[in-house]
Amino acid sequence: VAGPCRKHRTDERLRMSVKRKEARNGFAEIAPGTRSVQRPEQEQGEQKLVLRMELRSDPSALSVVRGAMERVAELLGFTAEETRAIVRAVDEALANVIEHAYEGQGGLPIAVTCSRVRGGDAKRGEGLEVVLEDEGNAAEASELKGRDLEELRPGGLGLHFMRSAMDQVEFTRNGGKNRLRLVKYRHLIPAHSCK
Amino acid sequence: VQIAARSSDGLIILDITGDIDLAHSPQMRKLLMSEIKEKGTPKVFLNFTHVRYIDSSGIASLVEGLKASRDKGSRLILYALNKNVYEVMQLSRLQKIFEIYETEEQALTS
Repeated sequence: VAGPCRKHRTDERLRMSVKRKEARNGFAEIAPGTRSVQRPEQEQGEQKLVLRMELRSDPSALSVVRGAMERVAELLGFTAEETRAIVRAVDEALANVIEHAYEGQGGLPIAVTCSRVRGGDAKRGEGLEVVLEDEGNAAEASELKGRDLEELRPGGLGLHFMRSAMDQVEFTRNGGKNRLRLVKYRHLIPAHSCK
Repeated sequence: VQIAARSSDGLIILDITGDIDLAHSPQMRKLLMSEIKEKGTPKVFLNFTHVRYIDSSGIASLVEGLKASRDKGSRLILYALNKNVYEVMQLSRLQKIFEIYETEEQALTS
């Protein structure tokens, strides 16, 4: 269903900026031909920037982001199952921004920033932090609650997918901007031995 | 996403190719609802062999289709789901709600 400003979409282009890591860190260029962010490598305490994408609120951006997230998760050493979960969580988060925060309106800004974070304890290894930022509507409290899965009805599963996939899901709003922080750690001890 | 249709007496098979996400689930939903609600097709099969990914909007479209088929007394049958798609069905706790088969042969003889 076309949003009120769908006509503007044709004029909008997906702009994806990729932060390339140096070869010594084991990172390759993720999307050849994309523009790199023109700023020095960001290192905030235990965080290291891996990738920053500046997108527009167009559903066609979803497949691009899924592809990029799959590469990022693989490069950070996540298993195939963990990688699928991360891709799913970020995809659902981005779809929520497009569909709810921006109410389906195209051409509006979304930033996705992926950083390498340290685990900080014996069970958690290095992790991936993904931060999505937008300037859309604030989420309603009911939208952040999720829903009962026993109920057979369409919709309301996105948040459940995010929480199932990630170790941390934090939503904040500040200065008219929404910020969703998703973190997943590589688990060093097999789940069956954690009691 | 591309959807091709194969039909026979009382049934239709929709061969879906691509990712069923927010960009493409409306197309699948429209076709599904047309077969179930408007045409009243007794058996609608969805072939997922070439579906790499499905998101919650795709699942919502399937649930809507399932509810419509129950209302009509018809059947909505899914088959050949890959690991990624089946995981999403499990996460949604829908793997036992939908009729799901491994192969087309199993689905058609069900």
